[in-house]
Amino acid sequence: MDRIPVLKMGQFLLVTIQVDMHDQLALALQDDLTAQIVRHRARGVLIDISAVDMVDSFMGRMLGNIAGMARILDAETVVVGMQPSVAITLVELGLALPGVRTALNVEKGVHLLTEAVRESSS
Amino acid sequence: MSEHSEALPIRSQEDVVLVRQAVRRLAAQTGMNLVDQTKIVTAASELARNTLIYGKGGTVGLEILKEDRRSGVRLTFEDHGPGIPNIQEALKDGFTSGNGLGLGLGGAKRLSSEFDIVSEVGQGTKVTIVRWNR
Repeated sequence: MDRIPVLKMGQFLLVTIQVDMHDQLALALQDDLTAQIVRHRARGVLIDISAVDMVDSFMGRMLGNIAGMARILDAETVVVGMQPSVAITLVELGLALPGVRTALNVEKGVHLLTEAVRESSS
Repeated sequence: MSEHSEALPIRSQEDVVLVRQAVRRLAAQTGMNLVDQTKIVTAASELARNTLIYGKGGTVGLEILKEDRRSGVRLTFEDHGPGIPNIQEALKDGFTSGNGLGLGLGGAKRLSSEFDIVSEVGQGTKVTIVRWNR
């Protein structure tokens, strides 16, 4: 079955979603990420959705689930690169992604995660 | 009047992805702006998933509408599943008979310019949405 690649980047994991995901693929990503957070003892997860042209309630829920599971596993999640049209549509749909941190791009996301990890370990 | 029309099956999760892509193509063809395109594609994704999961599969008809001063896209989702006993209830946010968030129908309605649903228990459900090009 298809899989979305999860890359290890220091103490963080990076996922770049570049395909139009069907539901099963989104669920597989959720499982893969939680397994890899544990395997690599990752402190943060970056999900780059800059190539994603729509987020519906299913994918929104998946992003929320990942952030929730990661938090329980002592990792922070930042969703980066959301297109403005996607953000507008999500809010109108009724999904404000509570509990999901966002940043404009990967660089800002890494910065946010680094700060968060530093704070939690100080 | 309707200028272009096609129909697609909704029998698998991959079909839902193909529906999204076809709706995007059609919406772009009408010259719709990116935000409106994204709204109707997202509404289509919610409704196609409903057709697949709750309607046990079905079809979607896609049409480009042309009037004097405006154009738009009309989508008609049809299934022969169990039907919805209480539509008002089903349109409320948070209502779900499955394991979703319950934003599907209400969310799709908010993202559309026009929304119509006809459902008969034991017969099936037909949802029609239109997004006009502003």
